[in-house]
Order: sequence, then C-alpha cells, then structure tokens
Amino acid sequence: MTDSQPQSLIHARGLVKKFGEFVAVDGIDFDVAPGEAFGFLGPNGAGKSSTMRMIGCVSPPTAGTLTILGLDPHRDGAAIRGRLGVVPQQDTLDLELTVHENLLIYGRYFGLSKSEASERATELLDFVQLLDRAGDKVEPLSGGMKRRLTIARSLINRPDVLLLDEPTTGLDPQARHVVWDRLFRLKQQGVTLVLTTHYMDEAEQLCDRLVVMDKGTIAAEGSPRELINEYSTRDVVEVRFAVGENEIGADKLFGLAPRIEILPDRVLLYTDDGDECVDAVNDRGVMAVSTLVRRSTLEDVFLRLTGRTLVD
Amino acid sequence: MTSTSISSLPAIRSYRYWLAAYRRTWRGSISTSVVSPVLYLAAMGVGLGSLVHRSAAIGGVTYLQFIGPGLLAATAMQVGAAESTYAVLGSFKWIRVYHAMAATPLMPIDILIGHLLWIATRIAMASGIYLAVVAAFGGIKSPLALLAWPACLLIGMAFAAPIVAFSSSRETDSGFAALNRFGIVPMFLFSGTFFPISQLPEVLRWIAYATPLWHGVELVRSLCLGHLVAADLGHVAYLATWAAVGVALSVRQYQRKLGV
Repeated sequence: MTDSQPQSLIHARGLVKKFGEFVAVDGIDFDVAPGEAFGFLGPNGAGKSSTMRMIGCVSPPTAGTLTILGLDPHRDGAAIRGRLGVVPQQDTLDLELTVHENLLIYGRYFGLSKSEASERATELLDFVQLLDRAGDKVEPLSGGMKRRLTIARSLINRPDVLLLDEPTTGLDPQARHVVWDRLFRLKQQGVTLVLTTHYMDEAEQLCDRLVVMDKGTIAAEGSPRELINEYSTRDVVEVRFAVGENEIGADKLFGLAPRIEILPDRVLLYTDDGDECVDAVNDRGVMAVSTLVRRSTLEDVFLRLTGRTLVD
Repeated sequence: MTSTSISSLPAIRSYRYWLAAYRRTWRGSISTSVVSPVLYLAAMGVGLGSLVHRSAAIGGVTYLQFIGPGLLAATAMQVGAAESTYAVLGSFKWIRVYHAMAATPLMPIDILIGHLLWIATRIAMASGIYLAVVAAFGGIKSPLALLAWPACLLIGMAFAAPIVAFSSSRETDSGFAALNRFGIVPMFLFSGTFFPISQLPEVLRWIAYATPLWHGVELVRSLCLGHLVAADLGHVAYLATWAAVGVALSVRQYQRKLGV
C-alpha cells in the first residue's frame, strides 16, 4: 500500500485519538475508495466511534494524518461536513417536532432554501418509507422508524460519503433488514458507505471491505470472504455439552480438528470438511447435547484474532 | 453559498431551530409573560403600594412607579437565566441538538450565537410585554422608557451569557437549583427591586452594588422616570462587561465541546 492514494475518499495514517491518558485509537491506517462500503468491525470500546467522530470532523485527531475528500479536517471541517451524511450511534432527532420538520430544519443547517429542503425531505421520507408519517411527531415512532428517519436526515445534503455508527444496534431483526435494504440501495446508487458495527452478519451483508478493530488498533483488513479464508477454515463444527461438562467434553475432541476453541457454552472445531468432522466426533462416542455444522463467519475471524467473542 | 442574505448566515440557520421548537409552546409562554406582570403590579404596585408613602428614599414617586421598573429589570434577569440553563445542558446531553448541528457545516460559534440570539429574542419578548403592562398601570413618567427595552435586553444578556458558559460546562443539572437559590432569588429580592438598597446594612449594600441586577434596576428606573444621570453610563458598561465576558467564556466551552 502506497502512502499517497489520490483516489481514496478517506485516507488515514498513524491516526491516534487520546482522551487524557486513555488511548482510544492507537495509530491506525486505512483508505476508503469512492463507491465502496467500508466497515469497522469490533466490540464495544474498540475505538470505532472515536474513529468515526474524527472522520465526521467533530473530534480532532490527537496525532497522525487524516484527509477526507482530499481536505484537512482541521482547516476545512465545515466544507467536509457539508459533503458528509452522518448517522450517529445515538439518534439526535427532536422528538417533539414532526418527522418532516426534523428533516426541514436539518436541511437548512446546510444552507438549503426552505423549498429545496422541503422538497428533498418529502423525497427522502418516501425513500425510507415514512411518507405517511410526515406530519406526526417523532416521539411515538418505533426504534426502526427513528433510525430510518435519521438515515433520511443524513441524506438531505446529498452526501458523497455516508457515515453510519452502529446503524442497526438495538433494532429487532425485521427492522434491521429494512435498514439494510435501504443502505444497499444507496450503495447501488454510488454512495460511499462507512459504517461501524459489532454484528458480523451486518458487516457480511453490507461491507465490501472491512477492518477488524480491537483495543484501538486494526487487527486485520480485507473483504469478508478474504478475512474468513485467511483467518478461519471453511466449516465450523459446534458441539454443545451438558452444563458444566464443556471442559471434560472438549478433552475427548482433542485432535479432531486443526484448531479447537473452547467457549463457555460450546466447543468449536475449525475444519475444512464439517461433515467428516461430525462423523469423527460421533465415532469417538462423545456425549454431546448437540452438534451442528456451519460455514465460518466474521465472528470466527474475530475470535481467532482476539481470542474473544464480539458480543458478550 | 448561493445567497448572501441574512437568512443564510450560519448563526441564523441554528437560530431557526429554536424558533421552530418555540412554535409548540408559544401560547403558554406569551400568556405567562402577560399574566405575571399584571399580577405582580396589581398586588405589589397597587395593593402594597397603597401603604407606602412617596418618601424621599424611593425618589418621591409612587411605589408603583418605584417597583415597576425594578420588576421589569428583574424579569429580564429571570428570563435570561431561565433560558440559559436546562435548554443549554439539554442541547448537549438530552435532546443533543447541538451534536446534530455540529455534524453539519455549522461551526461551534454559529451554534452558540444562534442560541444566544434566541435567548435575546425571548428576553426582548418578555420585557417588551412587561414594559407595556407597566405603562398601562401608569408606572412610567417619561418617553425615555422606550430605551428601557434595549436596556432590559442588555440586563438579560448580562445574565444569560455567563450562565450559558456555566451550563455548557456542567455534566448534570445539579448546579441549577443552587444557582437559582443562591444567585437569582437573592438578587431578585435584595438588589433594589422592591426597596432601595440604602435600607440594607452596609456589608450587604456593597454586595448589592456588585450584582449586575442592581445596575440594571438603577438604569431601567432612570429611563422609566426620565432622569438620567452620569452613573447610568457606568451601569451600561458594567452590564456589557458581564455579557462580553460570558460570551467569551461560552465561545471557549462550545469550541472545546463541539469543535475540531
């Protein structure tokens, strides 16, 4: 990777964020190319949100290089923010204003005229399927609807880059799929997406490329498929034992797979042929409560890289 | 920018949020602004005032003419203080509207000035209504009273700006009750609003001299009664200093909390 990548929309080298003595982001390098969906995957406290706030030009880097759209956040913060759309981790909607008013006022922060902002608001409410709630207050909307409204709001300035900090945390599965569907459409329209998540399924669904973050550093980088190929096996066999028998059970599985992980509630066997491995488990006469074969996911990558699961 | 008109100034963009938010509460707010002076002036100016002689201590005017300007100045203080506490903390912590604004091209100073302009609007509204009610009760002796309106705006901002700086430095609302109990209420009662501070023991009198409200009350009373003195310029300068220091401290806070 060369240091100068003129085609990258976001370019970071040795990026550091400290709060007093605490190092939230510890010298990370990454580039985001136009039109790609780029993800930061990691557990809470990995430094994802601090990184997003630096990219969003609302928090100054402590050290390192950061350019966004070819501009310097310190000097050109307002100009950069004018071309970004931001979906913060915590919604910042005004609950007592109407759905439409929230978009209208936000659009005017960007200097849009009233008629222009109003027109775009209607268009965007249609896009996020909230047009029928335009005149309602925000307060009674469901979590998923509020999230979609925040996404609509983030698009009012027709941003070049959309920053999404944990876009679906706290949403039920159905609401998550609606959000994903809208984000996928945006990606198809050519909007560059930068998102953080601690859900591996979200990263796999949406991201072309991602970095795995842990304790302020980047542990690995690549497409979901590349990461799985590099850091995990094709299949995983999950074996569950009765409560308290995990360790004893795991001893009996020794040697059945190149790598075995013992989690509190189950044992994972990493293998390139899951079915063959299950047969071998059964041949040993292991008293398992259940065994299942599945494909490797980013969760397995994370476990391999950090020794911990993503969501505790 | 496509236009250079005032309405496209960044501070006006954030001001507009407060205007929109006010639209849901304006009825209650306006009626409070009208009813409150009517009640105070009827009870204290007319009722209590009937027992108070036109003594030299209160400048040889009726008690209503004495406390009318005092209450007017105190109202400017109270509105300035009230608009600068929970609304500011909430914009950082609860509604988080400042953070929504900070994600857009608005700069921290635009966010601050927009809010200060809104607070100034509220002070101007409340004190304008109060002034009209004082006039209707016959509490005004000079057309100079019209200048009491901008004077009230200055008084309100002399409180609002430092309190905005204070509120923006807080993590919780725990300081606000103390601010009211040990700052606003004692000033309301003892800064020459209801009786001249010449009646106070000497130590307390010197404390009263230091309060911005006393300077505000003296200034507004001069204007309403139509006898300006050189000291009024000093009152203006003293109030302007509080406002200016408050704005400077607020700028630092907002840049630290919202800026790059």
